[in-house]
Amino acid sequence: MDAILRCENAAFSYPEGHGEVLHGVSLSIERGSFTAILGHNGSGKSTLAKLFNAILLPSEGKVYVDGIDTGEEDRLFDIRRRVGMVFQNPDNQIVSSVVEEDVAFAAENLGVPPEEIRRRVDDALATVGMSDYVRHAPHLLSGGQKQRIAIAGVIAMQPECIVLDEPTAMLDPAGRRDVMKTLHRLKEELGITVVLITHHMDEALQADRVVVISDGCVRMDATPAEVFCRHEELTALSLTAPESVLLLAELNRQGFDLQLDAMSPEACADAIASALQE
Amino acid sequence: MNLSNITLGQYFPGNSPVHKLDPRYKILLTLLFIVTLFLAGGLITYLVCAAFLIGVILISRISLRMVLKSIAPIGILILITAVLNIFYTPGETELLSFWVFRITLEGVYSALRMIARIAMLVAGSSILTYTTSPILLTDAIESLLSPLRVLHVPVHEISMMMSIALRFIPTLIEEADKIMSAQKARGADFESGNLLRRVKAMIPLLIPLFVSAFRRADELALAMECRCYNGGEGRTRLHTLKASPRDHAIFFSVLLLFVAVSVAGRFGY
Repeated sequence: MDAILRCENAAFSYPEGHGEVLHGVSLSIERGSFTAILGHNGSGKSTLAKLFNAILLPSEGKVYVDGIDTGEEDRLFDIRRRVGMVFQNPDNQIVSSVVEEDVAFAAENLGVPPEEIRRRVDDALATVGMSDYVRHAPHLLSGGQKQRIAIAGVIAMQPECIVLDEPTAMLDPAGRRDVMKTLHRLKEELGITVVLITHHMDEALQADRVVVISDGCVRMDATPAEVFCRHEELTALSLTAPESVLLLAELNRQGFDLQLDAMSPEACADAIASALQE
Repeated sequence: MNLSNITLGQYFPGNSPVHKLDPRYKILLTLLFIVTLFLAGGLITYLVCAAFLIGVILISRISLRMVLKSIAPIGILILITAVLNIFYTPGETELLSFWVFRITLEGVYSALRMIARIAMLVAGSSILTYTTSPILLTDAIESLLSPLRVLHVPVHEISMMMSIALRFIPTLIEEADKIMSAQKARGADFESGNLLRRVKAMIPLLIPLFVSAFRRADELALAMECRCYNGGEGRTRLHTLKASPRDHAIFFSVLLLFVAVSVAGRFGY
C-alpha cells in the first residue's frame, strides 16, 4: 500500500493536562483514497486530524506525511503543502474580503508566480463549482459556498491530501450535499486523498473506508458496510448505524434472516422485498 | 439601533475607471484632495472641488445615497463646527445680534465653507474605500510605506493586520446583531435610560463579542498557518500593483487640477 499519511503508535496529550487524548494510534491512509474518521465528541478525532499536518506533534510515536516525519521542523512547509486542512467554521478560515484573493492566499504564501496563481485560482474555483463568484465578498455567501471557497483555497496549494475537520457541521442540508459532492470530485478528478472527520453516519457511508475512533483509540477500521453491520458495537461507542441497518436488524430479531449490508433506503427495501417473496 | 447601516470601510465591487485606477495613486489623490480642500478659498474653487467629487462619484457608479450615508454619522460634528464658526468668526457685515452673540455675513460664509469642507472630505475618503478592495488598499499602503522597512517598521505585518480587521468587520457586525437579538429575547434593554444606563446595557453585548472575537482570531491563525503563512518574506501576490500609462496620465492631470485649485484658492477665488 502506498501510504500518504502514516501514524505509528502516535499518542498525544495536551500540555495543560486533561490526560492522554490519543493512545498509540497506528493508521495508514492510502494515496488517492476517501477515508472517513468517525467518532463522537471528545473521541480524539480532531486531535488526530491536527497530527496529520504538524499543527500538533505526537508526544509519543511518529506521524509521517508522504514519508516525511512531521517532527522535522525545517520541512514544515513541505508537510503543510502536501496536506491541506479545512475546519468546521467557514467564517474563521477565510482571510480575505474577496473570494479570488482568499483562494490565492496559500499559493501566495508559497511564492508561486502571479500568472500561475491566476491559473490555479481559476481551476480551483471551477473544481468547487464557484467560478461565478470570483469577485464576490465571502461574507455574503451561504455557509456551503464559504466552505467550498475554503476547499478551493486548499486545492490552489495543489496538495496530495486534504483533511477536513467536520466541514459540514455548521451547514444546512443543501450546503452539506454540495460540500460532499465537491469532495468526491476532488478524489475522482484530481486524485486527491480525502480524509473526512465527521460524526454524520450518512457522510461516512460515502467513503471507501471508515475508521471509528473512541476514547483516543481506533475501534474499527473497515469498509462502511462492514462497520455499520456491527450496529451493536457502534451503539456501545455512542454512535448509531444508519436506519436501514437498524430496521433490518430489528426484523432479524423478529425471525427474519436478512443481510445487514443495506446502506440506503432503496437497498433496504430491495432486501425486504426479496425476503418476502421467498 | 441597527448595526447594518454602518458603512465605514465597505467595498462595492465594480468595473469603473475609478475602481481600476492604481490604488496607490488613489490614496495619494485622496490625500491631495483633502489638502486641496483646505487650500481652496472662495466659491469658485469650492465649486470646482464639488464638481470634481460629483464627477468621480458618477464615474464610479456608486449610488449617491451611499455617499450621503457615509457623511451622516458625522452630522453632529459638522453641525457643531458650523455653529462655532457662525458665532466666533469676526466680521464687519452684521446680520443679527442678540445678548453677547453677533452673527456676521463672514461667519455664515465661514460656516458654510466648513460644512462643505468636512462633507467633501468624508465623501472623498469614502469613495476611496468604496471603490478599492480592502486587500488592494492594504497592498497599496504596504507599497507606499515600504521605504520605512529600512527603519525596521513591520510594514507587511501592519498591512496584514489591517486587511484582516477589515475582513472581519462584517462578520463581527453580524455577530453583534445576533447577540443583541439573543439578549433582547432575554429581556435586555439597549434603548432606554440615560447614557450611563445605556453604556452599562452594552456590557452583555460586548463581553460575548470579545470572547468570540478571540476564539475567531485563534482559529484564523491556525487556518493561516495551515495555508503556509510565514510572514511577508518570499510571498508573491495574485495581483501585483502595476501602474499603467493610463494611471500615470490620470494621476498627473488630476494633480495639475488640484495644484491649480490650490493656487486659485490662495488668491481668494
